[in-house]
Amino acid sequence: MLEMLQLPLVVTAQVDLLLVLVSLLAFWTRLSHLNYPNAVVFDEVYYGQFVSLYMKRVFFIDDSGPPLGHMILASGAYLGGFDGNFVWNRIGAEYPSTVNVWSLRLLPALCGALCVPLVYLLTLELKFSHLSALGAAVLLLLENSLIVQSRFMLLESVLIFFVLLAFFSYLRFHNSTPHRTLQGTCWLILSGVSCGAAVGVKYMGLFSYLLLLVVASLHTWKLIGDKTISHVISCHLYVHRVLCLVVVPVLLYVFWFYVHLSFLNRSGPHDQLMSSAFQASLQGGLSRITRGQPLEVAYGSQVTLRSSVSQPIPCWLHSHKVNYPIRYDNGRGSSHQQQVTCYPFKDVNNWWIIKDPGRQQLVVDTPPRPVRHGDVIQLVHGMTSRFLNSHDVAAPMSPHTQEVSGYIDFNVSMPAQNLWRVDISNREAESEVWKTILSEVRLIHVNTSAVLKLSGVSLPDWGFRQLEVVADKLFKAHSSSLEWTVEEHRYGTSQEQKEREAELHSPTHIDVDRKISFWAKFVELQWKMLTVKQEESEHKYSSSPLEWITMETNIAYWLHSSTNAQIHLIGNPVSWGVANLSLLAYQLLAVVYLLRRRRGLKDVPDGVWDQFVCLGCVCVGGWLVNFVPFLLMDKTLFLYHYLPALCYLYLLSPALLEHAHTHLLRYAHQPLRALCVGALAVLLSIFLTYRTFCPLTYGSPELSAHQLQGLKWRDTWDILYRRR
Amino acid sequence: MAKAECTPKWNTLALRNRKTCPTPEKSFQTTFTPVSKDKNSQTAGHLAGGDTQSSNGPSGQFLARESIESPSKVLLMLVAGLSFSTRLYMITEPPHVCWDETHFGKMGSYYINRTFFFDVHPPLGKMLIGLAGYMSGYDGTFPFIKPGDKYENQNYWGMRGFCATLGSFLPIFAYLIVLELSNSCTAAIIAATLLIFDTGCITISQYILLDPILMFFIMAAVLSMVKFNQQRYRSFSASWWLWLVLTGINLAGALGVKFVGLFVIILVGLNTIWDLWRLLGDMSLSLVDIAKHFLARAFALILLPVILYVTIFAVHFVVLNKSGPGDGFFSSAFQSRLIGNNLHNASMPEYLAFGSTVTIKNLRIAGGYLHSHWHLYPEGVGARQQQVTAYLHKDYNNLWVVHRQQDNNSQSGNPDLVRHGDIVRLEHKETTRNLHSHLHEAPLTKKHFQVTGYGINGTGDANDLWQVEVCGGRKGDPVKVLRSKVRFLHRATGCVLYSSGKTLPKWGWEQIEVTCSPYLKETPSSQWNIEDHINPKLPNISLSVLKPNFLEILLESHIVMFRGNSGLKPKDNEMNSKPWHWPINYQGLRFSGVNATEYRVYLLGNPVVWWINLASLGLYLTMVAVASIATQRGFSLGQQRIEHSLVLVRGGGLLMLGWLLHYAPFFTMGRILYFHHYFPAMLFSSMLTGLTLDILFRSADLLLHPPYSYWFQRAGQLLLLFSILYSFYLFHPLSYGMTGPLAHEPGSAMADLKWMDSWEF
Repeated sequence: MLEMLQLPLVVTAQVDLLLVLVSLLAFWTRLSHLNYPNAVVFDEVYYGQFVSLYMKRVFFIDDSGPPLGHMILASGAYLGGFDGNFVWNRIGAEYPSTVNVWSLRLLPALCGALCVPLVYLLTLELKFSHLSALGAAVLLLLENSLIVQSRFMLLESVLIFFVLLAFFSYLRFHNSTPHRTLQGTCWLILSGVSCGAAVGVKYMGLFSYLLLLVVASLHTWKLIGDKTISHVISCHLYVHRVLCLVVVPVLLYVFWFYVHLSFLNRSGPHDQLMSSAFQASLQGGLSRITRGQPLEVAYGSQVTLRSSVSQPIPCWLHSHKVNYPIRYDNGRGSSHQQQVTCYPFKDVNNWWIIKDPGRQQLVVDTPPRPVRHGDVIQLVHGMTSRFLNSHDVAAPMSPHTQEVSGYIDFNVSMPAQNLWRVDISNREAESEVWKTILSEVRLIHVNTSAVLKLSGVSLPDWGFRQLEVVADKLFKAHSSSLEWTVEEHRYGTSQEQKEREAELHSPTHIDVDRKISFWAKFVELQWKMLTVKQEESEHKYSSSPLEWITMETNIAYWLHSSTNAQIHLIGNPVSWGVANLSLLAYQLLAVVYLLRRRRGLKDVPDGVWDQFVCLGCVCVGGWLVNFVPFLLMDKTLFLYHYLPALCYLYLLSPALLEHAHTHLLRYAHQPLRALCVGALAVLLSIFLTYRTFCPLTYGSPELSAHQLQGLKWRDTWDILYRRR
Repeated sequence: MAKAECTPKWNTLALRNRKTCPTPEKSFQTTFTPVSKDKNSQTAGHLAGGDTQSSNGPSGQFLARESIESPSKVLLMLVAGLSFSTRLYMITEPPHVCWDETHFGKMGSYYINRTFFFDVHPPLGKMLIGLAGYMSGYDGTFPFIKPGDKYENQNYWGMRGFCATLGSFLPIFAYLIVLELSNSCTAAIIAATLLIFDTGCITISQYILLDPILMFFIMAAVLSMVKFNQQRYRSFSASWWLWLVLTGINLAGALGVKFVGLFVIILVGLNTIWDLWRLLGDMSLSLVDIAKHFLARAFALILLPVILYVTIFAVHFVVLNKSGPGDGFFSSAFQSRLIGNNLHNASMPEYLAFGSTVTIKNLRIAGGYLHSHWHLYPEGVGARQQQVTAYLHKDYNNLWVVHRQQDNNSQSGNPDLVRHGDIVRLEHKETTRNLHSHLHEAPLTKKHFQVTGYGINGTGDANDLWQVEVCGGRKGDPVKVLRSKVRFLHRATGCVLYSSGKTLPKWGWEQIEVTCSPYLKETPSSQWNIEDHINPKLPNISLSVLKPNFLEILLESHIVMFRGNSGLKPKDNEMNSKPWHWPINYQGLRFSGVNATEYRVYLLGNPVVWWINLASLGLYLTMVAVASIATQRGFSLGQQRIEHSLVLVRGGGLLMLGWLLHYAPFFTMGRILYFHHYFPAMLFSSMLTGLTLDILFRSADLLLHPPYSYWFQRAGQLLLLFSILYSFYLFHPLSYGMTGPLAHEPGSAMADLKWMDSWEF
């Protein structure tokens, strides 16, 4: 102890000047003039709306990714004092002076800039030299598309940052033998945290995470085989890794949602997609309407019944004073009784009264008699007093099911069959008593044992294009289209029809607070995010994954409202070519090595071979997992989806060059010199190309139409010219 | 020790006629413990178990072979007998069209009638069905209109019998495959029993379907591959070649029936790569030998299947030479091959002229004809004007008349030709509406404009005008019928007539959307050709330039098949089967009959069998994990245990891979899926179960001492056999038909058997 306190106190610091230099350059390329252009650029229009909703704490669903990405953007906006009052409706719209554009774009730009030193460090962890590391950093530094993507309020740079950080810290951990130092553990935890963050920013991060898990399990597998370690320690190491690399990311992922849900507590535009219970947990919206409703549904209750499915749209059981047409278009007959439909808007005709079949009155007793699972009820339509009825008549659009109608006695020997049995399907989770919002109820027709069901088909004109409601025999047992929840609810007090109508028109009242647990909300939100169908849209700049490799396409991000100044997502064609070339070269080399090693010819020593394999696992593997999934996707895809994959290739290129330099061409001096000269020439041309495309990357200076023409290196690129 | 013991230790594998002693592998170098010897000799010769470890030492080798081969032959006969009897029992019941028989029976008839049709599957399966029907005296006249139609006097048993026969081979193949992989009769018999008494396998084999044929080829391919693997020490011998070529033939067969055959090709491919990799590491082989091996495999597993596959298509096109219901799916050039098609030896005016009546076909493969009909777009979908769609079938509603901008009357004398750059008005012949577009969004492709039929008797507005553009042409070029690619540019908005390929919902009769695209890129979707051309004022000229060559036909038919396949999207609100439903036997398929009075057949796996399979998958993974961790940690294992873990890893790994390959890809498929897609995977899963359970029972001695462990093993096998037989007894009505009330109603014979709410029998 005392030895450590001996004077003089000396701080020896090693500063890698190269690292500092590339970092500074990275900050300069990514952060300079960040608030130009002072207008909405490309997908800022998309992410911006969510940032605004965050500022207003309004709930939303975005199926494009988990909430962490949005939260990071929102925190940038929060730091800049953005109040959420900006309408994100059009690319190119000018920001007012109240919006601090710089802070909106700061965090993605920072992440983008930090990627450059990270790549430098990662190359070192892959056990390549500082020169290779510099090469990789320069490739990343001078990549126009990465610069563009980092400089705006977009998420790719954040994703790339976390993925690189995860790999870097994992390799740091792996290289820091012995494994059980505190420092090693810290790196491992950092790796787990970055994995959780990467998956939290975009779902694509999942694939990189899986790759990291594969690499880690390979390493662990070797560790298991290490017979010098005792069983106990081996077990310990194993558990340690599982905790850091599996449990931590999963917990973090859930945590992002926890923050998201606890932060967004106001109702908003996407409420309708969620269940009633979820909506009731949000301030305003449904909770305002339903605040103070009685909890237990009783005989005489006035209710609106919402279908549990939100496909095709959320809707409520509805009836109106129009009958089914006597004959349908295709010649089939109907009962000509009153239509019962499902209507996607709030309406006074959505109110139904629950009646005890044994009694006449439609008011709630004191004390109220709650309806329980298994009870038989009648449902009376509030405005027209028709009973909900079903019978053996084919439904209008789905003839294999029964028609549901409001019963009118035409005296045609068609008796009323209006008894329904209440079947509470989540009674184990909730209770036997029918509860507002919480209970999911099936209404089983007593005479035919068919179940009230939303068929999801719209009726033709005679049914005002509302949705068809039918009664279906209980075949498909677990379909949520059979389930209904009571949404609005009050105890009816008026005996007379006229009074009742007035009562139905008046809003509901009284208050009880209803809680839904975080886990239920999390599961529901996650499920909805994965299943919400986004309309497939064609986009002018969408492209197919195979076009990315050769950069056949570009994306116009922004065009000045009056001049030719514009910003495009265009990569640096030279580096792009280098990346593709190194990918090919690596694969070729790997195949040759593998075949020759199998025949017992070891071209490189085992240590170098391990290094080579590790490089391939991380870089080629990373490219594969970030590229191949897109080939199978049905989504609208853009060039920027390729950027994470591209980064792995930039990591690969200089390392591969170094490998060739030190091991392949060891004794051939002539080619060695050519290689060095070639590499320098390539670097120089990369720099020149970067300079050439700078005007399209930074949006200034403005170019003439002729100059723009000159930048159109590929016929398939779409560069905009403003007609004067 | 390892070297000295080489031959005796390998006796089990030496049974497979091994010539040389292979290079011992690491895991084999542990010592041979006499304890396991004792155990083996105790179990040897008992019952069906036929333990292959029973023989020790070179002297026992020959004896052992005798003792295994004889019971296994008896068992094989037993398996074959049971298999055929369960599949062929009540084969003619029900005497009406069941489920997809309506398609495949019909397509079999088409082959007998030589009528051209279109299907999303390659032709071999239907060709075989047609052949079987032909041989058994079916004349191809039964229309197979819809499920439930009575066969009356038709000879349908031949086709069903053929499928059932192929289906009967499945348990036999499974038996042989597992026997090869595990060297254990018990494992083989378990696998075969699972398949013989699975109601699902029986049901799917008994009808005129492609699945039994497909599964026959898949299993045959796997069997020949496994047999071939065992021939590895007799390279280039006759039997080596035989199994190799058989593998190739069966691969072609599997792919020729359904594209699902691709999965087994991948399986064989991976196995071959692995095999070649092993050969490459064998330093006793020269590079020339390895090249020979490689070329032999390339020939038998790539070249041969490709040739066979192409031959199948060649036969298909030669046999089907008459025009039929499939014509419209194919390009004009393709149709000119078909006798009876109006393009066959067509003669029509060569250049398009004003006043001609034409059909206009989209150039996208399977793009359809420009079509309109007396129905309006529904409210909320653009303007409420008449629908314009693309329709794949030939129909009089596909006819359009080409008019000048203004006049409607045909002039006297020779009509003027339509040239590049001319403005035309296209009038729908049946409804006299003009082809029209305007700035409303199209029904599905929201960024395009809607195309409608507008006006009456030729009077419309300025939005009815289209400019004709011949692709690659210059101003003044005439439009050649059939050969010119034409684009129609809308005058008012500048957009181009486009077929998006998306299927309209019910209101559009599920025809294909036609839009006007503002993106002017030249793609086949925006190019059209004039197919039929009627103009009495012009001389007809014989057009025979169009005959496409075989490769073009082959390519086109494949593109059409893939389009068709991806077009089979699940419809909204239809309960469709999800891949995760399948292994848990969540929901079956109704083959025949809905009501209580009808004869009902329900395709559902025997739940006991399926759940055993499911459990075994988990069990297998656990056992492999335990075994490999034990090996990796370097625990010393007994000889028997090492052999078990090798069987688990190698044989089981192959089957597991087969299961994965036949199951996992369905999760990524967007097309509509059905329960029966799981059956090939189920075969692999059952074989894996046989192998896993056998080894589980044999590993009883880990926990119990010798006599008890042996009893445990036998008790387990008996219990398994009994539960499969009893569940088959319970569930056999699913396959052989039930009548009477439905299961969820009182009084049904199946009442207690509705174990899951989702079953619908």
